[in-house]
Amino acid sequence: MSTRDWPLWEVFVRSRRGLSHVHVGSLHAPDAEMALRNARDVYTRRQEGVSLWVVPSAEIVASEAGQREEFFDPAADKIYRHPTFYEIPEGVEHL
Amino acid sequence: MSAEVSFDELLADDGRVEPRDPMPEDYRRSLVRQIAQHAHSEIIGMQPEGNWISRAPSLRRKAILMAKVQDEAGHGLYLYAAAETLGVDREDLLDQLHTGRQKYSSIFNYPTLTWADVGAIGWLVDGAAIVNQVPLCRCSYGPYARAMIRVCKEESFHQRQGFEILHTLAHGTPAQKAMAQDAVDRYWWPALMMFGPPDADSPHSAQSMAWGIKRFSNDELRQRFIDMTVPQAEALGLTLPDPELRWNAERGHYDSGPIDFTELFEVIQGNGPCNAQRMGHRVRAHEDGAWVREAASAYAAKQAARAAGEVA
Ligand SMILES: [Fe+2]
Ligand SMILES: [Fe+2]
Repeated sequence: MSTRDWPLWEVFVRSRRGLSHVHVGSLHAPDAEMALRNARDVYTRRQEGVSLWVVPSAEIVASEAGQREEFFDPAADKIYRHPTFYEIPEGVEHL
Repeated sequence: MSAEVSFDELLADDGRVEPRDPMPEDYRRSLVRQIAQHAHSEIIGMQPEGNWISRAPSLRRKAILMAKVQDEAGHGLYLYAAAETLGVDREDLLDQLHTGRQKYSSIFNYPTLTWADVGAIGWLVDGAAIVNQVPLCRCSYGPYARAMIRVCKEESFHQRQGFEILHTLAHGTPAQKAMAQDAVDRYWWPALMMFGPPDADSPHSAQSMAWGIKRFSNDELRQRFIDMTVPQAEALGLTLPDPELRWNAERGHYDSGPIDFTELFEVIQGNGPCNAQRMGHRVRAHEDGAWVREAASAYAAKQAARAAGEVA
């Protein structure tokens, strides 16, 4: 396996407890252990994280960019899902 | 909806292009060239300063310099990763660097003769890089813009540590002050050339602006850098080697003397003081590190085989 065949890993960092892991970038590494070590060195040199995830890029299933409309548009005409859709009489509070 | 239309609409909206979006081939190719060249500059840029790590004047300065040089390696990685989202392979980009088919910033072909040069590089070279890179945080290509945000966050320490080195030297013995002045004298003009040729001779700029990759012209950015730097030089008690440098109240900018771009073109052509040395060192470092990559690959293969054996 030359470095050309090293899989690509996506790196996610939890910046502090209570927050979700957020995608920060990617890197190549021969295995998960090296991916974690390299992710620490590349993405958390300034204590940017308290937890790291590395995920093989090939394992990510993504929605199709070309089918964005048919995939997401069904939510567009359901504005009654938002609280601002409703009319509330003047003076009613805590609603 | 044709791909071209949605790309144009996205740009017109100041939206961001993401890796799987349709994009014109010229846009993709131009981004690959720019991001690769940027990545190469980050990693070649480790050499002039790396030259002084073992001779830093104190443990504090040594730790700082190592952290800075490590950051530059990180910047290279962020950028190679951004380039790879465009469908190229890092190995191929490194290959193109090593065979001279892709370039890196000419600023790194100047030697670091004294410790003060480390200060001048941080203050002027990283300073100029920041002015170039801040607008790239809003570049139309998402992965490049995000990489630039990380880079810019880290750069400001680079510039400050350089300024601090020069400030210390400039307030030291007369010999130390002279050393600081000499470093600034040698790095000022090359730093100004980091912004590229004058707008009139910059053929790719207009297209780059139209694509939302470049946001300001070379001359605008150069002027911004000069305006920021002149008062800082005064604070250091050092002079900048341009007799024509003076405040122009009418323009609200500093006027400056002409830049000798023939020198820049010489350095780009490979005739700078350190071109051969930088490339030689880079190729050697890559070859000398081959066993580490091979060992990591062999270990991963062995572990995978063992895991497969356990399952079977
Ligand atoms: Fe950098
Ligand atoms: Fe830097």
